[in-house]
Amino acid sequence: MTGRRWYVPWLFLLPALAVAVCFFIVPFANTAVLSFTNASTLGGGTFTGGHNYARLLHDDQFWQSVRNTLLYTAIVVPCLVVLPLLLAVLVQKRIAGIGFFRAVFYSPVVASMVVAGLIWSWLLSSDGLVNSVLRGLHLVAAPVPFLTDARLLLFSAMAMTVWKGLGYYMVVYLAALANVPRSLLEAAEVDGAGAPRRFFHVTLPLVRPTMVLVATLAAIGSAKVFAEVYTLSDGSAGPGGEARTLVYTIREVGLGLGGEAGYASAMSIVLFLGTLGLSVAVTRLNSREERA
Amino acid sequence: MTPLQAPHAPAGAETRRADTVPQAATPVPASRRVRTTAGLAGRYLLLALVFALTVGPFLWQLSTSLKGNGERVFGYPPQLVPSRPTLHHYAEVLDTVPVLKFAGNSLLVALGSVLTNCLLGSMAGYALARMRFRGRALAAGVFLATMIIPFESIMVSEFLVARSLHLTDTLLGVMLPGAASGLSVMLMRNAFRRLPAEIEEAAILDGAGEWTRFRRIALPSVRGTLAAVAIFSFVFSWDDFLWPLVSLSDQGKYTLTIGIQYLSGTFTNDQRVIAAGTMMAVVPLLALFFALQRFFFRGVGEGAVKG
Repeated sequence: MTGRRWYVPWLFLLPALAVAVCFFIVPFANTAVLSFTNASTLGGGTFTGGHNYARLLHDDQFWQSVRNTLLYTAIVVPCLVVLPLLLAVLVQKRIAGIGFFRAVFYSPVVASMVVAGLIWSWLLSSDGLVNSVLRGLHLVAAPVPFLTDARLLLFSAMAMTVWKGLGYYMVVYLAALANVPRSLLEAAEVDGAGAPRRFFHVTLPLVRPTMVLVATLAAIGSAKVFAEVYTLSDGSAGPGGEARTLVYTIREVGLGLGGEAGYASAMSIVLFLGTLGLSVAVTRLNSREERA
Repeated sequence: MTPLQAPHAPAGAETRRADTVPQAATPVPASRRVRTTAGLAGRYLLLALVFALTVGPFLWQLSTSLKGNGERVFGYPPQLVPSRPTLHHYAEVLDTVPVLKFAGNSLLVALGSVLTNCLLGSMAGYALARMRFRGRALAAGVFLATMIIPFESIMVSEFLVARSLHLTDTLLGVMLPGAASGLSVMLMRNAFRRLPAEIEEAAILDGAGEWTRFRRIALPSVRGTLAAVAIFSFVFSWDDFLWPLVSLSDQGKYTLTIGIQYLSGTFTNDQRVIAAGTMMAVVPLLALFFALQRFFFRGVGEGAVKG
């Protein structure tokens, strides 16, 4: 490949790079700059130093959305690390019809979040399926306010996220399980190790890197949660918006007529640093564990 | 050069297996056979349980959408099979909400996204994988950065950029930010890397230029990954909610996800109609998925494990 001119690689790269720069790098740089101004969505804005960031410290709505987002992450991530792994172990064995089951378990991944939200809001509404069953079995006297109580709304959204994410991470784990050498499992079996022991002592250590990957992906996904809460509550994020998440608040503050683009940008930078910190933290925790 | 093998197959797995597994089959004791049968039954029981949990909600929604007006959709015990199934609510959705228009918008955006991601993604991936040049690491870094920066954290600026380019309220504006995702570029780069150098060397001797080698030799060899990129771009674009919600205000430009949300706001009093609308949004996608599932699984495996 000697005779090639220097610009040839750039001709191949240019269109994709243009998209990446125009719609990711520039907006990102712009977000960082705007976060130090009092710009509105209409434009303008002057430099205000760290004022936006100082304002965040005393903004109850912001803290409420941060707390909700953290709670969401703290519950969803362990579920999405453990449950899909168990599911992958369940569907790993090549038995009759297993391809069908794998495909079916993946199907919620394919449905859009809005569709999932509509289906689940129907299941969980006060006269929906879950409440009629609970009442029919006399487990509750009055309908459970799954969607109208802010805390329960968050938990409903978590349940929906897990339901929707199970299949995706199951496939990720299946790829990892396929890499566990059968010889090791068979050797352990010959040594008299039962299925649980084989799982904990052979399989688990080998899929640990994948668990870290899943934890990272799930944590980043949870930090960005929006559509789940939005669709389950018809855009209201619960009574008084009390189930608002960080992205919900960014949209509420930063967009629309007279939106505070500068202030919302400061929140966006917090979100960016948060997702970055989450992935660094998860990776760190894992490497420390491996050294110990 | 990288060998042409499955990306995740551990080297030497085959030989190790042959070394350790005793070839002579030892007779299986009867107690263990019973245990295996019980284990199999338990496995199917668990599968059935997860089956009910994953598709149950879809089936319930389907059943609701088919129930006649006189039929009970609330109450206990729940009735899954409609006693007088009707397609009436589907017609009602079509009459009141321009669902087909929304679906057409979504289709346009999704097909555009498939085309650009396959073309731009494979071009960029090819340059990153097969060419050596100054600035390659920087270019790769830009694509990695787009994967690290959450869209949610730049949406306000994204809106401002789109508005200054007069792209808000246009379908082009909905499509462009996702036109060459970092994931597509990286998936293609990994696929091109696995190609052996020999097939290109022959083409160079024949005097084929860079573009010819890309289009005639490299691209046809990575059809599997290209299919995964196509399907993933389609689904990402079809399912996208936040960006269309932010960038579109003109109802005529709504994509299906936004349109369906709008439908639920308009028909909160008739669950059957909402259910019908939901089914119209999800059934084509589920059909596509079941027809092409192996590419979906390949995409997830490569995207998550390698990307």
